[in-house]
Amino acid sequence: MSPDFLIALTMLTNFTLVATSRVNKAIQLVVVQGILLGLIPIAMGLGRHLHILFMALSAIAVKGWLIPFLFRRALREVHIRREVDPYVGYTMSLLLCALGTGLSLVLAHGLPLKPGTSPTFLVPAALATLFTGFLLLVSRRKALTQVAGYLVLENGIYLFGLLLVEEMPILVETGILLDLFVGVFVMGIVINHIRSAFDSTDTRHLAELKD
Amino acid sequence: MSLYLAAILLAALSGVPGLFLKRRGGEVAAGALTAAALLGIGAALRVLLGAAASGFPGTSVATLSLPSLPLGSPGLLGLDPIAAWFLIPVLLLSACGAWYGTRYWEDPHGHPGRVRFVFGLLVACLALLVSAAHAWVFLMAWEGMAVAAFFLVITEDRLLETRRAAWIYLVSTHSGTLILLGAFALLAGAMGHWNLGPLPRGFAASPAGTTVFLLFLLGFGFKAGAMPLHIWLPLAHAAAPSHVSSLMSGVLIKMGILGLVRLVAWVPDPPLWWGVTLLVLGALSGILGVAFALGQHDLKRLLAYHSIENIGIILLGLGLGLVGKSTGHPVVAALGFAGALLHVLNHGLFKGLLFLAAGSVVHATGTRNLEQMGGLGKAMPWTSAAFLTGSWAICGLPPLNGFVSEWFIYLGAFRAMALSRWPWSVGVLASLALIGALALACFAKAHGAAFLGTARSEAAQRAHESPRAMLLPMGVLAATCVFIGVFPVAMAPLLDRVVAGLGEGMPPLAAMAKLPILTGLALALLALALALGRWLKGQQGAAANLPTWDCGYGETAPRAQYTASSLADSLVTGARFVLLPVTHRARVRGLFPKGTRFESHVPDPVLDRALDPAFRLGAKGLALLHLFQTGQMASYLLYVLLTLLFLLIWMVV
Repeated sequence: MSPDFLIALTMLTNFTLVATSRVNKAIQLVVVQGILLGLIPIAMGLGRHLHILFMALSAIAVKGWLIPFLFRRALREVHIRREVDPYVGYTMSLLLCALGTGLSLVLAHGLPLKPGTSPTFLVPAALATLFTGFLLLVSRRKALTQVAGYLVLENGIYLFGLLLVEEMPILVETGILLDLFVGVFVMGIVINHIRSAFDSTDTRHLAELKD
Repeated sequence: MSLYLAAILLAALSGVPGLFLKRRGGEVAAGALTAAALLGIGAALRVLLGAAASGFPGTSVATLSLPSLPLGSPGLLGLDPIAAWFLIPVLLLSACGAWYGTRYWEDPHGHPGRVRFVFGLLVACLALLVSAAHAWVFLMAWEGMAVAAFFLVITEDRLLETRRAAWIYLVSTHSGTLILLGAFALLAGAMGHWNLGPLPRGFAASPAGTTVFLLFLLGFGFKAGAMPLHIWLPLAHAAAPSHVSSLMSGVLIKMGILGLVRLVAWVPDPPLWWGVTLLVLGALSGILGVAFALGQHDLKRLLAYHSIENIGIILLGLGLGLVGKSTGHPVVAALGFAGALLHVLNHGLFKGLLFLAAGSVVHATGTRNLEQMGGLGKAMPWTSAAFLTGSWAICGLPPLNGFVSEWFIYLGAFRAMALSRWPWSVGVLASLALIGALALACFAKAHGAAFLGTARSEAAQRAHESPRAMLLPMGVLAATCVFIGVFPVAMAPLLDRVVAGLGEGMPPLAAMAKLPILTGLALALLALALALGRWLKGQQGAAANLPTWDCGYGETAPRAQYTASSLADSLVTGARFVLLPVTHRARVRGLFPKGTRFESHVPDPVLDRALDPAFRLGAKGLALLHLFQTGQMASYLLYVLLTLLFLLIWMVV
């Protein structure tokens, strides 16, 4: 499998994520995207570096097992309805996602990258995933789908990190994973607290906290 | 050096046992601080006296340095004479305050353990600050001091007034720190390293030098409470527990002076306008400080305004010395610097004493309002005597210590006048004289209203003398005040040593200021006072315990007495064009008017009249930002997304 194929698949998951209307499906897609991302460094032929292999495997483990596990538990505990409940409709979301992807293709061309970086699809895919994550965060109401958006955002950052993976010290990459884990953890707490305080996980209720 | 470090460590940990002990935590803390004071003052005296014995000027400065640091520093701490001089009041006052606090602040609702712990930290930071020889050590100790003081000011956090005072203090101290950070960065840029030390010739006249001076003036002025920057001082001093006020007013605000003294020591060729600026600022703080003190009814607020006044006196001395240094008159410079430095110590002693005495009054009556006191002298003779001693000293009257430091400044100004006809020296003399006279009026009011006459309230009638643990620290401070006042010669060699670090060719003080004659005069005055007292006692005979004389009217009510405000009224209304007193009075109508009331107070010129309205206006403008605070997390994320997009597009296009 060539890395470009995996990257294309990642971008496709972006679109599917935006268009899906089920919480369960969204979670599955995030998991799929996470595993795809974990495979990319191996497909790029970086598996010969031991630490990168370790990083890729741990990314797969965290994104493919730990996070869905936490998700399912949260889903079980908070008993929410299965719809995604968006602010922005699915068609509109798809259009916006397409716009973001196009914009990232244009932007990636002009970005002043480090000389010697191979011009791959990596940069546009990273930006597109970033925008998709933001789109999900901004346009979905449920706290759980917001966590999914956050994970997609992190995936975008991870893709960007792959660009420098050979020079990047392992510390930074494990940092990314840790960040992610903490993010899910914190969001989990937030979800539980929103539920116990407002008896629902709709983030709109948080507006009552403003002064 | 090791003595000094041990003192800091002991001070920092002094409050720790008290956190775990059920009883006697205060005594343990006070004991630790006393030991720290003995060690530290020992170290300081060794620095101040050691070199005097081995000849001038001793260049060996005890330093602490670590082998290698990222910031490239050979020396972190240096216990030079300036540091030693400032260290003495820090440790003396903190030990006295700690003993005082054992009985004054023992109510469990006041978190006595927390207060003791932070008090110890504050003392350690202060002691560290004086000898900081590296910009970062200085700033860290400075910040530690500021934050510790904040926690002490907010001790009684259930009172709205206290919370306001603490916040205003925090905002001003952090503004000051920010300014100082800039100043030290500029210094480091000019020097090429972060070590603090002598600056090259010509730096002072350069634009960078000018900026550094102005930033130092602002940053240290905030801490010292020089007049337009004093906003936090009256509030914080009134709100803090009295032994903390005593430490804050006595030494914490002097750290601003320490900064300026350090700058004076580093700069070999200060421009003339530096000194003149300090003189103007000093005269302003001094006169306005005492004028606003006259209008206060709150005893501790009144004392706080007197701190501003005394900072003014110190700045006058410092400015005079600086003028002398830049015009090449070492005699004037030595007298001005010596006056300022001695006043730093003296003000620490007598203002500490006054705050402790005021705290004792507050402890007994439960109020800080002078109009609720009266006649306390009979119930609290020792507190009354301590307050009188402090008042006597702060007014600059012989034979107490306040007189000696002002004497140096007066002498310096006279010398300056004789050397070359400087108009400012006349200004210095006039403002010093005015300050002294107004201070006398103000303390006549404060002492008279609190301790003389008859009680104006129930609480004042029930007043009782404070326990011995509170009286003894006052006694120690009062004795030190008398000692310096009567034997200023003893301080001369120490002062000589400090002043020698501030400029070249400083002449010795003892002979120049005719200190032995002062001793003679002081002893004569004391003897006269004692003889007079004995004679009066003899006249009075056994009838010592009668009620206060009511001028023969008989059966007068306590309300018929002069109040604190009415005593000062002629002066306050005389100066109403600066003080702008606010009075509320109802018009009296008809033949049988109803009961009515009259109130007057003097609001702070900067805080209440300028800053408060300005900030209110600003807050109104900033309310527009509420439009963006929707409370929806999605919209906040949208802001992030838009910013990111904007940045990306900006970078590409």
